[in-house]
Amino acid sequence: MDSLFQRSLDDLIKGLRLSPAGGEAAFIAKSIDEIRREIKSTDSQTKATALQKLTYLHSLHGVDMSWAAFPAVELSSSAVHAHKRLALLSASLSFSPTTDVILLLTHQLRKDFSSSSPHDVSLALSTLSSISTPDLSRDLTPELFTLLNSSKNFVKKKAILAILRIFEQYPEAVRVCFKRIVENLESSDMGVLSATVGLFCELTVKEPRSYLPLAPEFYKILVDSRNNWVLIKVLKIFAKLAPLEPRLAKRIVEPICEHLRRTGAKSLAFECVNTIVTSLSEYEPAVKLAVMKIQEFLLESDPNLNYLGLQALTIVAVKHSWAVLENKEVVIKSLDDVDVNIKLEALQLVMTMVSEDNVAEICKVLISYALKSDPEFCNEILGSILSTCSRNLYEVIADFDWYISLLGEMSRIPHCRKGEEIETQLIDIGMRVKDVRPQLVHVSRGLLIDPALLGNLYIHKVLSAAAFLSGEYVEFSRNLLELMESLLQPRTCLLPPPIRAVYIQSVFKVLTFCLYSSLSSGDDALYPSKLTDLVLKEDFQGSSETVTSALISDSDLDDGLNPRSSHQPTGNGEDIMITHEQTSPASSKKQQLTQKSIMNLVNLVETNLGQVAGSHEVEIQERASNVLGMIELIKPRIHNSMDESEGDKIKGELRASDMMKLMFDAFSGELGPVSVSAQKRVPIPDGLVLKESLSDIEAISNDIKLPVSSSFSLVRSHTVTNGTTIPEQLSKEEYEPSSESTSLLAEHRKRHELYYLPSESKEMISNDYPPAHEHRDEAIDEADDLVKLTKQSLDLRKKRNQAKPRPAVVKLDDGEEAHIAAKKPELNDDLISGAVREVLLGNEAASSSSKSKSSNKASKKREKNELTIDRPFESNMTVTNTVASEPGNASSRRHKHHSDGKEKKRPSSKKEKKEHDHKDKQKSDHRHALLSLRPLKNGVIFHHVLPLSIVKFDMKNGRFYQMFLWERLKGRDFYVKMDPECVEFCKAVPVHGLHFCHRNG
Amino acid sequence: MGIRFILMVNKQGQTRLAQYYEYLTLEERRALEGEIVRKCLARTEQQCSFVEHRNYKIVYRRYASLFFLVGVDNEENELAILEFIHLLVETMDRHFGNVCELDIMFHLEKAHFMLEEMVMNGCIVETSKANILSPIQLMDKAS
Repeated sequence: MDSLFQRSLDDLIKGLRLSPAGGEAAFIAKSIDEIRREIKSTDSQTKATALQKLTYLHSLHGVDMSWAAFPAVELSSSAVHAHKRLALLSASLSFSPTTDVILLLTHQLRKDFSSSSPHDVSLALSTLSSISTPDLSRDLTPELFTLLNSSKNFVKKKAILAILRIFEQYPEAVRVCFKRIVENLESSDMGVLSATVGLFCELTVKEPRSYLPLAPEFYKILVDSRNNWVLIKVLKIFAKLAPLEPRLAKRIVEPICEHLRRTGAKSLAFECVNTIVTSLSEYEPAVKLAVMKIQEFLLESDPNLNYLGLQALTIVAVKHSWAVLENKEVVIKSLDDVDVNIKLEALQLVMTMVSEDNVAEICKVLISYALKSDPEFCNEILGSILSTCSRNLYEVIADFDWYISLLGEMSRIPHCRKGEEIETQLIDIGMRVKDVRPQLVHVSRGLLIDPALLGNLYIHKVLSAAAFLSGEYVEFSRNLLELMESLLQPRTCLLPPPIRAVYIQSVFKVLTFCLYSSLSSGDDALYPSKLTDLVLKEDFQGSSETVTSALISDSDLDDGLNPRSSHQPTGNGEDIMITHEQTSPASSKKQQLTQKSIMNLVNLVETNLGQVAGSHEVEIQERASNVLGMIELIKPRIHNSMDESEGDKIKGELRASDMMKLMFDAFSGELGPVSVSAQKRVPIPDGLVLKESLSDIEAISNDIKLPVSSSFSLVRSHTVTNGTTIPEQLSKEEYEPSSESTSLLAEHRKRHELYYLPSESKEMISNDYPPAHEHRDEAIDEADDLVKLTKQSLDLRKKRNQAKPRPAVVKLDDGEEAHIAAKKPELNDDLISGAVREVLLGNEAASSSSKSKSSNKASKKREKNELTIDRPFESNMTVTNTVASEPGNASSRRHKHHSDGKEKKRPSSKKEKKEHDHKDKQKSDHRHALLSLRPLKNGVIFHHVLPLSIVKFDMKNGRFYQMFLWERLKGRDFYVKMDPECVEFCKAVPVHGLHFCHRNG
Repeated sequence: MGIRFILMVNKQGQTRLAQYYEYLTLEERRALEGEIVRKCLARTEQQCSFVEHRNYKIVYRRYASLFFLVGVDNEENELAILEFIHLLVETMDRHFGNVCELDIMFHLEKAHFMLEEMVMNGCIVETSKANILSPIQLMDKAS
């Protein structure tokens, strides 16, 4: 009776459609309640309808139906085909791999597989292929094997594709079924052939090498078939196989070109093109043909073909850049397409064209596109410019001045959201490329003085970089007062606190620089001899680092008051000038820092920072207070130094300049790029025990792969007097003056290394801090690195005057990157391909068509166990006449032996071993050994030694002949590879000094 | 696996058919469908029919009010998939006679059976319309 009042699926759908907006959920909930009741019904029709409705709701409205798994199983055994269908459909749509009732289906599916109705069988196959679990696959493999031989192609083709899933879940099935599948490659039925090729296409993608032996069959299909679906799949297979076997590539290139010329089907043509560009790219004529086809695609009006054409072109571009250049116009035009996908492809393609010669031109075009694009694509363009130009430490950039200006220009584009990336690059270039610093300062100035930019949230990061650079490389600044004003302008309150802090820090640096220069330059003018000596003595190191040196020219003598040429006396041989060629003579006159201007500057800073000193942000407050504190200290002395009479002046002056020198030195250390692995190289301070409680960290850290980033942190490498090297954050202000050159640092470290480390043993001298990697020569490496660096920078200095076209870019050796382990192939694929190889090679004897490429590999697979015999074999040797070589000789050699197909075969007669006496056995054994082992190059045949000694214990058991490979002979131990069976046997027989070890593979 | 899923979605973004060839949980499916529908439905006729999403390529085509979206892996031939979509629509057209959204809604099972005949384990098995439809016609006769 239930069914009379039951709502049908149609009712449900209508109800859903009629339910008011928002009322759907309530309606569904109500229906689910009904279904829950109905599904328990004993009437199969009612149950079926309930299940039908539930499946509908599950599939389209995302209703959970895991609770209804059992009714589906129940109904699947229904005699009514429609109900069975429904139940199995519901199962395949809703079952998850963890559904526990799946196993209950095993029996029903098995029954269906042997049903006389092909539709039942087909239904069962579809279901199996979508819900199969390892258990189900294992249990049903025999049935599938039978179905592979079905006389009905309708069933056969489905069985073949269902096998794909079985293989994934239960790789053992390959051994059983593979041969039958291979046979179907010659099927005349299109459906079966298509299914088989489809199956191999999927398998090949995962692990191509195993399927190489089937190449002749695939080739036949490639040449004979006229079915585009099949051809596309075969082409996909060849695209994977061709790179593995050059001879194969040579053979298929012509048929593929033939298809490409002949076919009118775009999909097949595209597949041909794809195969050629990915796998046959060294065949020039084929590539030309493919590029012609790509050109056709690009010129079509169909956006799909345009898109695919661009994509194919991207692949060609890797090896044949001419292909892109030929289509340059279309590509550039595509940047303007209505479709963002096409635009992105075009952009990617444009980026592949970039080289040192055209980078400026291309970027110009791209920027113009960026300006008129929508924000999203604009940023795509900017992003790809940034990533392309910075690739491999800016390898395409020759003219850094231009690039810096470009970065500045980019950050002014209204839609620009790449502030962070630009910031990173600006600072990175500043640290790596010394020659470009004046330009960096110039561009930074442009950004800083523009008050409008402060309102743009997205370029705050860029401003932060600009402020940092202006402060760090202040010696290149042309107008310090202007710089100071821009750093202190009122609108800086729009900046987020961390960036404001950077601004204030820069103010500090600029102020320090001004005061220091003006004070010391004043000294120079008045007291050439005394003060210079003082400055020189202590300052030499620091300034040599900071400053891009230039030879002193006499013209600089006039710039007594120029801050940049300031603190160095002239006429001294070892002087180094804080002068940059570009800025020095012209600007020097404009910005003489008179006493008055210095006072103005100080007052300006004082007033402005006074306002923020009360800020709630700790960073800002602290930094501002620092600056103010310094001003407070120094201000009276400036007055003194400038106003008082000469006698007093010396005292006051000394103090003021002394103080300023300290401050100046604090900022004068060179900032350089720091390797990501730097932390690892830091030696452990004395008394710090890291290893003890963390001994198990190694195991843990092996599991966690650290992300390798190529970014560098800003760290000022700083040497403190006790010799410990610690990277110190830039933001810290109160550190001692340090200005050792990197080479000194290396020296220093070498000297003190011994001091830190206990002198227990030689190897302890090395840096043993991180347990993650064992690098014994870490310390030495490190020193080497530093020396290298120093050399580089020295070279740089030398070459500067030679007008080298591309400035040197500081690079670090990053050993880290080498550690990225290759991804391991999936276990399952491995199993499948292993099994496939075995099957294919098993076939080999029978099917002459298969190639014998990988036979050796497969046969090796069997030799899994390794036996170690550890006894003095000389004394055990019973047979003397055959021993030709002495063990000493033998031990010095290594012998790698490749097994032949022959070795696998056992001698056929089992009787031999039992009947014969010792001597005979030895001989037969010996003969066998001779057969199986090759002589070495130098003519000494080692098998004389080895097999005999094994014979000694083997003779008793008569199993000696199963040993067929020896791998290594070293001293008195030798390793023999043998059948697993044999190992088992030998283990059972106690022999003195016999050890077994297993080795995988 | 070539084809990973097939979706039919109407103009309003409601799913009308969903067939997955790999297991995803309900939540994953819902999220995926939402994202894809949002991406594809916003596109115009002048734009190409391929969208990359997560690790899938989506090949889609619009027929009247219905979008056919097929998610494939990166190895798949996009143009072949477009042909497949067309074949699917033609097959349904032949069966239902000028197929529309309602046909699929009310005959969801049949649509699934057709797909079952055409695709297995993500591979295309049958491309002949007559062959695809013959079991379904048999079934219709039986009931």
